[in-house]
Order: sequence, then structure tokens, then C-alpha cells
Amino acid sequence: MRVRVFVTLKPSVFDPQGTTVAEALHTLGFASVDGVRQGKYFELDIAASSPDEARQVATDAADKLLANPVIESYRVEVEAAGGSR
Amino acid sequence: MKFAVVVFPGSNCDHDAYYAVDQVLREGAGFVWHKETSLGDADAVILPGGFAHGDYLRTGAIARFSPIMADVRRFADAGGPVLGICNGFQVLLEAGLLPGAMLRNDSLHFRCEHVHVRVEHTDTPFTEACRQGQVLRMPIAHGEGNYYAEPDVVAHLERNRQVLFRYVDAAGRETADGNPNGSVANIAGLCNEARNVVGLMPHPERACELALGSADGLVMLQSAVRWFARRAPAGVAVRGASSLSA
Repeated sequence: MRVRVFVTLKPSVFDPQGTTVAEALHTLGFASVDGVRQGKYFELDIAASSPDEARQVATDAADKLLANPVIESYRVEVEAAGGSR
Repeated sequence: MKFAVVVFPGSNCDHDAYYAVDQVLREGAGFVWHKETSLGDADAVILPGGFAHGDYLRTGAIARFSPIMADVRRFADAGGPVLGICNGFQVLLEAGLLPGAMLRNDSLHFRCEHVHVRVEHTDTPFTEACRQGQVLRMPIAHGEGNYYAEPDVVAHLERNRQVLFRYVDAAGRETADGNPNGSVANIAGLCNEARNVVGLMPHPERACELALGSADGLVMLQSAVRWFARRAPAGVAVRGASSLSA
């Protein structure tokens, strides 16, 4: 089962990379881009019997390794057979 | 006194630390590969600088799961002195042995230069030979040394006197220009609540001889020797202890 984990810096944490990307976009003429936050994206292939089980495994993995709770938060999406849910 | 220098795949200051202990401090030094499960009879542990496991995921994030880290935690919990330098500091943060986390430098540049840090507190195994307020000139070399913790955590660290080193200018003033990476409250190094685990981004082991541009870092290693000598039972050899009184 394919599970997606999105890790982003907490809103309270300054993101110098995102800020620099936003500045570059402004230079390129993307004047409407108000802000950019950069993060990390993981695809986990998990052998699980249900989406809930896969979600639990991915959540455990994010808590223990994929995200650092001091500076980051995360979101988990389980991909259903016909798309994501 | 015997220092264990932990070697992770990607450590690159392990030999600098070994050299500083063995050739400059004249104490015992030994390498411990990260796959090992025991620090042996070490009296102090150094987690050296470098790029353990390629800094993949986050700096120190993979290294904290190395087999040796269980014994480092045991050693630290038992009150043993642990010093994390640069990447070693990042490993201690990821392992939760010190609070907080590292962000990219605010400049986004890898900063490789000498900086000044002020010693804020001397009651730890790695600062007790320092003077409070002493300014040390040591090199930094990192891209992710922007120390971050939530405001309440920083306030707690200040109250507990856990902020051991602050980036300052040459005169010892805490300025924005003296802060090379954007660290909150100019924090360059800190200790745990028990004060035996110390981490800092600057490299004391690379500042132990004037030929290297500064010998200011040696006092941190001498601190450990003095700390150990005070605790060692009579008859235990402390090679460098006599030279410290000079």
C-alpha cells in the first residue's frame, strides 16, 4: 500500500530556503506568489491489510524518524486503489 | 584519563579530536566504531564533527540510531562527560540528549571561518577550566548550525543556566554580526540539565595549537581532565593533570 508523508517546518519556524525560493520567483515575475514553505515528501510502500493499518505504520515512522517534532509537523495520506483518500 | 572518539560513517573530525587528546592534551584516546555496542572503559566521550550518514534526512537523524548510541545514552545517564562537536552536537539533539534542533543557516551559506564565543557558565566538565565571560576564538564549518528551540524551551535553558556558549564579537558583545548562522539567542552551545552532556557548533579540537590559528579550544579538553582528576580515586593515572596547574 502506498502512503505519502509530507513533512513541513512548523509555522513558527523560519524557513530560509522557502524565503529564498520566494524571492527567486519574484525575480522571475511571479508577483502573485506571496510566500513559499519548503518541505519534504516521502512515499512509503507498506505491506498492510488495511488503509488504517498502513496509516498507523506511516504515522509511527514519521514520529520516530521522518519528522523532527521540535521543528517539523507532518501529514499522512494513504493512497487507495483508485487514488488517494 | 581515556577519551572515546565515536566514529560514524561520514565523520571527518574524528582524527582531529583523537590528535588533540593524544598529541596536545597528552591523554588517552581511542576510536569506537558506531557499530560497536560498548564504549569500553572510557572516562569521557567525544562525538566528533563531520557528516554522519551523509547528513541524510536531517543532520544526525540517522546517526542517533547507530548501535553505539545506546551505550552513549547509558554513559550520559550515569553522569559520564559527553562532548558533541558540530555534527556530534547535531546527533545529541536528534537523540534527545540535548533539547532543540538545527535549521539551515539563515544565510543558507556553509559558513567556514573563525568565530568568537563567550563562555557563559563554568560548572560543567568541559568548561570548568574556563573563566566565566571568557571569549574563545574557534573555527566553525557548518551549513546547519542555526539552533532553534521554542521560546519557552529557550527560557527554560536560560533559567537553568544551560546555555554555555554564545556567539559574540571579538570584544565579547552579543551582536547580530557575531552570530554566523541565525541561532536563537546567539546560542553556540549548551548542556543538559545534569550538566554532563555538552554540545557546541564551533570546533575546540581544531583550535588546540597556535599553528592552527588558535589554541583557545584546548581549555575545554583541559576542563575534562581537571573534572576527572577531582573524581578519580587515588592512584588513577591522569597524565595531563600536573601540567594543568601551570
